[in-house]
Amino acid sequence: MTTMQHFSQMAPKAQRQRLMDPALMRRAIRDSVFKLNPRTLARNPVIFVTEVVALLVTVIFVSDLAGGGDAAFSGQIAAWLWFTVLFANFAEALAEGRGKAQADTLRRMRTQTEAKRLSDARSNAITKVAANDLRVGDVVLVETGDVIPGDGEVIEGIASVNEAAITGESAPVIRESGGDRSAVTGGTTVVSDWIKVRITAAPGSSFLDRMIALVEGAERQKTPNEIALSILLAGMTLIFFIAVVTLYGFASYAGAAASIAVLSALLVTLIPTTIGGLLSAIGIAGMDRLVKFNVLATSGRAVEAAGDVDVLLLDKTGTITLGARQATTFTPVPGVAERELAEVALLASAADETAEGRSIVALATSQYGLAQPDFAGQDVHVVPFTAQSRMSGMDVDGKEYRKGAVDAVKEYVRAKAAAYPIAQEFERAVEDIARAGGTPLAVSRDGRILGVIYLKDIVKGGIRERFGELRRMGVRTVMVTGDNRLTAAAIAAEAGVDDFIAQATPEQKLTYIREAQGKGRLVAMCGDGTNDAPALAQADVGVAMQTGTQAAREAGNMVDLDSDPTKLIEIVGIGKQLLMTRGSLTTFSIANDVAKYFAIIPALFLATYPQLGALNIMGLATPQSAILSAVIFNALIIIALIPLALRGVPYRARGAASVLRRNLLIYGLGGVAVPFIGIKAIDLLVSALGLV
Amino acid sequence: MLSHLRPALVLFVLLAALTGIAYPLAITGIAQAVFPSQASGSLIVRDGAVIGSSLIGQNFTDPKYFWPRPSATSAPDPADSTKTVSSPYNAAASTGSNLGPTSKALVERVSGDVTHQREANGMGAAAVPVDLVTTSASGLDPHITPAATRFQVGRVAEARGMAEADVQSLVDRMTEGRQLGFLGEPRVNVLALNMALDDLARK
Amino acid sequence: MTLNGWLQIAVFCLLVLATVRPLGAHMTRVFSGERSFLSPALGPLERAFYWMAGVNPSKEQHWTRYAAAMLTFNALGFLFLYALQRLQGALPLNPQGFGAVSPDLAFNTASSFVTNTNWQSYGGETTMSYLVQMLGLTVQNYVSAATGIALALVFIRAFARAEGKTVGNFWADLTRGTLYVLLPICIVTSLVLVATGMPQNLNAYVDATTLEGARQTIAQGPVASQVAIKMLGTNGGGFFNANAAHPYENPTALGNMLQMWSIFAIGAAMTCVFGRMVGDTRQGWALLAAMGVIFLAGVTVAYWAEAAGNPLLTSAGADIGASAMQAGGNMEGKEVRFGIALSALFAAITTAASCGAVNAMHDSFTALGGLVPIFNMELGEIVVGGVGAGLYGMLLFAIIAVFIAGLMVGRTPEYLGKKIEAKEVKMTVLAILILPASMLGFAAVASVLPVGVASLNNQGPHGFTEILYAYTSATANNGSAFAGLNANVPFYNTTLGIAMMLGRFAMIVPMLAVAGALVGKKRLAPSEGTFPTHTPLFVGLLVGVIIIVGGLTFFPALSLGPIVEHFLMQAGQTF
Repeated sequence: MTTMQHFSQMAPKAQRQRLMDPALMRRAIRDSVFKLNPRTLARNPVIFVTEVVALLVTVIFVSDLAGGGDAAFSGQIAAWLWFTVLFANFAEALAEGRGKAQADTLRRMRTQTEAKRLSDARSNAITKVAANDLRVGDVVLVETGDVIPGDGEVIEGIASVNEAAITGESAPVIRESGGDRSAVTGGTTVVSDWIKVRITAAPGSSFLDRMIALVEGAERQKTPNEIALSILLAGMTLIFFIAVVTLYGFASYAGAAASIAVLSALLVTLIPTTIGGLLSAIGIAGMDRLVKFNVLATSGRAVEAAGDVDVLLLDKTGTITLGARQATTFTPVPGVAERELAEVALLASAADETAEGRSIVALATSQYGLAQPDFAGQDVHVVPFTAQSRMSGMDVDGKEYRKGAVDAVKEYVRAKAAAYPIAQEFERAVEDIARAGGTPLAVSRDGRILGVIYLKDIVKGGIRERFGELRRMGVRTVMVTGDNRLTAAAIAAEAGVDDFIAQATPEQKLTYIREAQGKGRLVAMCGDGTNDAPALAQADVGVAMQTGTQAAREAGNMVDLDSDPTKLIEIVGIGKQLLMTRGSLTTFSIANDVAKYFAIIPALFLATYPQLGALNIMGLATPQSAILSAVIFNALIIIALIPLALRGVPYRARGAASVLRRNLLIYGLGGVAVPFIGIKAIDLLVSALGLV
Repeated sequence: MLSHLRPALVLFVLLAALTGIAYPLAITGIAQAVFPSQASGSLIVRDGAVIGSSLIGQNFTDPKYFWPRPSATSAPDPADSTKTVSSPYNAAASTGSNLGPTSKALVERVSGDVTHQREANGMGAAAVPVDLVTTSASGLDPHITPAATRFQVGRVAEARGMAEADVQSLVDRMTEGRQLGFLGEPRVNVLALNMALDDLARK
Repeated sequence: MTLNGWLQIAVFCLLVLATVRPLGAHMTRVFSGERSFLSPALGPLERAFYWMAGVNPSKEQHWTRYAAAMLTFNALGFLFLYALQRLQGALPLNPQGFGAVSPDLAFNTASSFVTNTNWQSYGGETTMSYLVQMLGLTVQNYVSAATGIALALVFIRAFARAEGKTVGNFWADLTRGTLYVLLPICIVTSLVLVATGMPQNLNAYVDATTLEGARQTIAQGPVASQVAIKMLGTNGGGFFNANAAHPYENPTALGNMLQMWSIFAIGAAMTCVFGRMVGDTRQGWALLAAMGVIFLAGVTVAYWAEAAGNPLLTSAGADIGASAMQAGGNMEGKEVRFGIALSALFAAITTAASCGAVNAMHDSFTALGGLVPIFNMELGEIVVGGVGAGLYGMLLFAIIAVFIAGLMVGRTPEYLGKKIEAKEVKMTVLAILILPASMLGFAAVASVLPVGVASLNNQGPHGFTEILYAYTSATANNGSAFAGLNANVPFYNTTLGIAMMLGRFAMIVPMLAVAGALVGKKRLAPSEGTFPTHTPLFVGLLVGVIIIVGGLTFFPALSLGPIVEHFLMQAGQTF
């Protein structure tokens, strides 16, 4: 349950796209021919070299046809070299195609919208303009049924907005001016009320546009690690080029005429065509996985950085604990029955519509069999919760029922003329609850404290295990909470996080991130509020919630369309998987070369030095079939590995050493062994069919 | 680069003076004082004349002497200074044959030496100890293996009119074991052995 | 192969291991500018050097300035050595009256000794005066070795420091390396070597009258002082033509052991310096372990091949069996006092390090026995390697290994907390690329040109191996040879000289650029997710990368040289 499948289950909206959809395949096949354009291919040095060599062998084939050389042989070599290039193009085209299919869905939303532009924020004079003509700073009015014409900030009004177009979530969300829910995204629809929106993104650079460009891979830039790997691959290509070209000289010393076609075949089989052909597909597919997961990275760099993260800053509420705290026990003071306390608590919470209030009602009714109070005919006065009073309750027929923060209630009780002493037992109970990570709520009736309600943070099921996994992967989890130290420590222990920041302020988060980075760690966090923006920008991976403010979205380098902070964990997994796929296929590609040597080198010089036949350990039929088989294997392995490149290598949350051992075994040793079997099998087929 | 010129120049001069003059001269002085014989080449002087060095092999062709290994050293051809002629154990120009394992010249030379050794030592078709038919790396190898002395004992004894057992016992006495019991190989210094034979004859 | 042979190999390994820690600790102190037990004696001398040179040793240099200082110093050394050889005839300490060295040979020799290669197209006792041997060659033996150590220190500092700008002071590193490390050890070893029989005099060559009455001229000279640094500095340039096979240059098996230890001592201890300076000695031991694995594999193959001998000699009537009476095996080009084990071991050591001294003629090794030294050099002499050069060569490979392995654990690659990114990869690839380009490129040209083939001493695949070996040795700055090749012709003198320069400086500059890029980076803290670089797994990975990358690059060439020759030798074919 620790594999990627696990991750996808966590994301119900991740649509399962079939890996080899026929329509996508058709488009990919067509595109792979277009991609033969050398100017396109030059971006990929390994495949570019392959194309040049294919061209060269084709010329040899033509001259063989004219001059009576072994045209059947050179022709087949040439054909398979072209296939090698086409297969590599196909892999890239297929990955791009899958992205494009998603982009098309997105693009449909961007169909010409009309905007109601206001001359200024206060006026109500509307000019109708095309959404594309809007500029940054324009203010538009969006009313019920209108599509929001561009990314922006709500400056006035409140409305419910359907953001299904980008999040896939059908329930409308509230957008209002000020606060943390002021950002709106172009392409979403207002379903009730109206808002005034100040446009914050120029046309073509809106959120949706960037998203389309990214998934399409149209303006895909190579990520830093991809560039580094490309350099390494280009270097290896150059090394093999030297090895093969100089072989021509060495062969001529030995009196062996090394044919250009065969040397060309040798070169292409040696250079890392497998990883070279699949590299961009791996990158696109990685981005794609993220997008399917409803997370949008502003750059590929961010995805790579996600793999490196070793500290995760997670908000307590919503990520580690369920959103709301729940009442779990009533502790009365001496002389008060539990049931009596429950009754009072029930009355004090009857009008409290918050989740906490409801949980008190639920506890009182379920555990003590109390009925929902019926106030018919009674003089009821509801006392709402305010930030100043920090308590709420109800006056029923002159009796004052209250519950609230312990100090607030104590204050309130003390102020009453008929002051009852506050019991020692009460103080102890309050302290116990706080130490256990709970929140105590004092309950009073008519100025007498009757007891305390234990409001407990409920740690999400399975979260402890997930943090354990992360720890094995080398990722430390840090809980961020507004609670006091005592409470925070208790929840931290229960959830199994490595560290916590109690009574966290945005400044503290920022400081914590800077300190961790100073110690050489890479930090990821998520946030939504405007005051999170500095920390989001400072973090190596900052995931902004789609529901968050524009400022937060600009500061982060990823946006989670589902606004689910738990996803940070999956994002790290996706980043790691992307890098692992690259590394594993590179290893596989290089390890493959061993077998190719044993196929081609004896074949190349058998005429001059028959004794070199001893190196033909695969027992390949003839020199020609050996060379052809190696070339065919080299081409087919690209096709065979496309599914792996697109899906990513299986990823498990384990320590680095164990992951490395496993991957080295599969892709290193496997990479050495597979071609021996493959080339031998192809050779059997080639000689059975009499191809050479 | 120019700003580096002074330190480069000064340090080069200082280091050269230290390591290229002071160091070798000091070592020479100490060596000559502490190990005068070794420092001067472990020369063997008899009757005031240098007859060789205990470390440097000499060529022997006379049947009454043990023969050393073949030597690949050469010397300038007296007739034509651009050419060289074979000059075994030329201690002024050390060298090996540098013939590779598949060299026809090597195989022919070894075959020739094998025939020569078998005939000279009256050993029939016996296999010849390999060191006796291969050239050494320096061309100045002062040693042969005990096997190579064994191969020649009969011939030397006969040429000297000595009992084979007497020669063999001398050889055994002159055989040096491995240093510290494990370093290197058992060996016999040909020059020392032949001098011992001569000494024995003189007595 | 005999038990006694393996015992000698084991003793050698233990001897080297025993000195890694004390020598490493001493060097760490010295190059950190701290006081060592030699400071009371050498401190005043060191300070006097700085004062006269106008150098502030604590003022550190940016990598480009460091590189410029290093290049200036080496350029100067090159010019001086060239001039000294050309003027030899007019200078003192020349008892044999040798004339001026020819321009191409002087160029070759100057390149050779400045680059720590010590390839010799000449025979020492027939070409060079004592003055050139001392003031020219011995000096370069010292300073080229000190340069190598300095460069390794730059690389070590690049990993040890976080967000630094400077990489050290070249003048201080150079001076300290010479004064506190090379010179003291050489003074001791040279005297021990004299005790074993090595000459140390300025006498003219001795004329002896042999027992059979022939005249034998015996070359003399200040041998021990030069041999001590030739080994310790992994220079390898012989005083005599036959190098460490010459009975004067390597009189006994005991002295041979000391010389072998000298070759590995500093290179092995550099791994300890590395571990100490980066703050985790396990990192150094891991590198040393990787070196050890490759080394022992090479020794095993070489020893086995040489002990098995040449079947062609058996059929010619030679007895190559090992017994109590003889070492047996392939004795062509070997000395009796060393036998097979010490000759094979020496060949593996001298090419694993970039020494190039030989106590047996590699040209006469069996095909596979000769494959080992050539492959060792093709890998770039990273097994212990040249003093300093071995460590930075190994670190370049470690960067490649970490790059691939780091990806496989799902992180962008880092080594010792330093992220390996595009710039490092680019420069590393460039540095590694120089080797095959020069080795194979020059060899390909020489093997098709008549002038290249004319110098061969052997025909068939072995002849090709002579050419390949020459450029491999020159590029790898080794200096050993398949010495049958007559390299003292303008074509080889020139091209080999260029190959030596490329192999040293064209590799150093990108290497320094890597160091310069790394030193400025943050050091990331390790976690469970970073894969550890001190474990057997990493050692295995590193060895695998080295063997695979090296093997893949050179397999085609080797298949036409030693590999095919092996099969031909078995089949009994000669050329």
